[in-house]
Amino acid sequence: MAEKKIMLGNEAIARGAYEAGVKVSSAYPGTPSTEISENIVKYKEIYSEWAPNEKVATEVAIGASMSGVRSLVSMKHVGVNVASDPLYTVAYIGVNGGLVMVAADDPGMYSSQNEQDTRAVARAAQVPVLEPSDSYEAKEFVKFAYEISEKYDTPVIVRTTTRLAHSQGIVELNDRAEVDDKPYERNIRKNVMMPGNAILRHIEVEKRMNALIEDGATFPINKVEYNDTSVGFITSGIPYQYVKEAMPNASVLKLGMVHPLPKKLIEEFASKVDTLYIFEELEPVIEEQVKSWGIKAIGKEIFTVQGEYSAALLKKAVLKEDLDVKAAAEVPARPPILCPGCPHRSVYSVLNKLKIHAAGDIGCYTLGAVAPLSVVDTTVCMGASISTLHGMEKAKGKDYVKNWVAVIGDSTFLHTGVNSLMNMVYNKGTGTVMILDNSTTGMTGHQDHAATGKTLMGEPTYAINIYNLVKALGIEHVYEVNAFDIQELEAIVKRETQREEVSVIITKSPCVLLKGNVFKTKCKPVSDKCKKCGMCLKPGCPALTKNDDGTISIDETMCNGCGLCKGLCKFDAIEEVEV
Amino acid sequence: METKNIMIVGVGGQGTLLTSRILGGIAIDGGYDVKLSEVHGMAQRGGSVVTFVRYGEKVAEPIVEVGQADVLIAFERLEALRYIHYLKKDGVLIVNDQRIDPITVVTGVAEYPENIIENLEKENKVLKVDAATEAKNLGNPKVFNIIVLGLAGAHMDFSKEQWLSVIEKTVPPKTVEINKKAFELGWRLAQ
Repeated sequence: MAEKKIMLGNEAIARGAYEAGVKVSSAYPGTPSTEISENIVKYKEIYSEWAPNEKVATEVAIGASMSGVRSLVSMKHVGVNVASDPLYTVAYIGVNGGLVMVAADDPGMYSSQNEQDTRAVARAAQVPVLEPSDSYEAKEFVKFAYEISEKYDTPVIVRTTTRLAHSQGIVELNDRAEVDDKPYERNIRKNVMMPGNAILRHIEVEKRMNALIEDGATFPINKVEYNDTSVGFITSGIPYQYVKEAMPNASVLKLGMVHPLPKKLIEEFASKVDTLYIFEELEPVIEEQVKSWGIKAIGKEIFTVQGEYSAALLKKAVLKEDLDVKAAAEVPARPPILCPGCPHRSVYSVLNKLKIHAAGDIGCYTLGAVAPLSVVDTTVCMGASISTLHGMEKAKGKDYVKNWVAVIGDSTFLHTGVNSLMNMVYNKGTGTVMILDNSTTGMTGHQDHAATGKTLMGEPTYAINIYNLVKALGIEHVYEVNAFDIQELEAIVKRETQREEVSVIITKSPCVLLKGNVFKTKCKPVSDKCKKCGMCLKPGCPALTKNDDGTISIDETMCNGCGLCKGLCKFDAIEEVEV
Repeated sequence: METKNIMIVGVGGQGTLLTSRILGGIAIDGGYDVKLSEVHGMAQRGGSVVTFVRYGEKVAEPIVEVGQADVLIAFERLEALRYIHYLKKDGVLIVNDQRIDPITVVTGVAEYPENIIENLEKENKVLKVDAATEAKNLGNPKVFNIIVLGLAGAHMDFSKEQWLSVIEKTVPPKTVEINKKAFELGWRLAQ
């Protein structure tokens, strides 16, 4: 009997890639996809890497596929936007070795700036999409995706959602299939996408999608479960589990392949059930197609396009059940915050004091938008801080941006921020850019990147020097400063925001959660010196609380001894003690 | 048996993921089907976090819904109050008697509710423990979550020995002994 193991959805995807004989994997971290690469690296048979962004990662996987081996690229849903340039064209090229892209959507936006639906992107790009509904299927579907990829000469997207990626379920382990490398043959008609060749490839794309529509009816991953035929559901992925929980007696067509749709199978199922519901999270991707074929069905009329579904949501919408449940108590919200000892808090306390606006970016430091730091004014997407600031300047003039900076993390700067900085230099901007360098990709859980000196596989490597990189763009005013040196930082920010040239301030201090980064001290209040002025509380460190008498307490298990509160106290009422 | 629904709630960084790994391990050791659902990413930065664990003959949905939790494990008082409506009528709340102010309280936008546990005790079966102090007395403040798990474990379908063996397999090797001690302490406190 196969060994059984409990695995996170993402861990199961990594296992699936291993068992499918994948040899190359590239990715950029992004919740909820990050653990795929973090688990792939455990399989020594697979070369795996962090790329600076999803476009690069996808192109690496395409190259590996062209050379004749099975390859994987994984990313979060918004990463697919970055990767869409190569994705739309590799759809024409097809594959040599199988090529699978895992795209992790985030209904409910647990950790994202939007809740776009990858299935809609895949329809536009003409790429087939498989959607598993638990860890067991996650592993099996990845393996099947490679079969389809090679049989139909197409890249395949495996779409997951946060609830699948971050749920654990039981998986049966199998051995790795040793897949022989396909020979490489020069074939410019297939691999060089200039117009004359691409026109012919587009014909192949249409043929392939038609073949998949036809053959999809017999794919084992598209399953029909006939029970009570008065009610039928077409569903896929995690929502399938909600159908099984809420209405176990209903008939179900569970689609493992959600693009292209197996039309004949759907028509047959629809003809056998009295009332047909289409139960899919986010966009009505299946529903609109099914309805366009003249099939009567109920979907987004009663199911929302926003957020995650649940069994309760289904019961309420279909069975009109009024669930006898207590209402949630009204309690203070607990939004995520910067950690105690976080260097971003120190930087933001300076910007807050100077009343400076920040064009923000994607990372932990986005949290600087909320009170009490209230520094970040805008957040769009990876790399947008520098370019949006530049746009503001070009719209309103140099003086307008003298109380503005762009803030961007080290990993995000290397992802796409560097392009925006090139633009600022080239087009004679004068903005001030702050690179908050904490030596890691923080928010996603501490992944290495091109400037950390270590690869995903743990090997030491050349660490790109961000200071030198910025200098090489022709920027004269570049400064490195310790994020906790608030006096020095204040002086530099005051001066550089007024300068009518591009300047870059690199604040350096490793993420407080990085392994091996242990502060040797903790902060401790000295009550008799405290004047109850509240200065130390201003940056909103969660380790500090105000006592009823106006003095403060510092939670010793939470304090990381960064000394920011001590530096802000004018009365020496906080001391640093050895631990 | 009917599917058992467990929830672990707390503040990001309190070790909910380790606790849920142990719960997953014990369910699979007991021969059950099991699904766990966790929160990774941004919410782990000091935000309110929730983990769902469901085990039984065959588990479909990976989340626990409102009014369905058999055991609600809360690592902090306010989080117990936030999720109490998930508890079944005859369910049990295990709560760590600790206060961590959310940023909304620190900045004065909201007030931390008074007498949370006393009020919850009026309508629910509640077991409380000052796990931070207990853990400190044991010699490692970090194992407070395993003490809380010990109390919860006493209300589930597994023997103490099963729990200890899963803890041994799950926690970092250097911390096996202290974690086992912490669990046994919680187990005793539940009796």
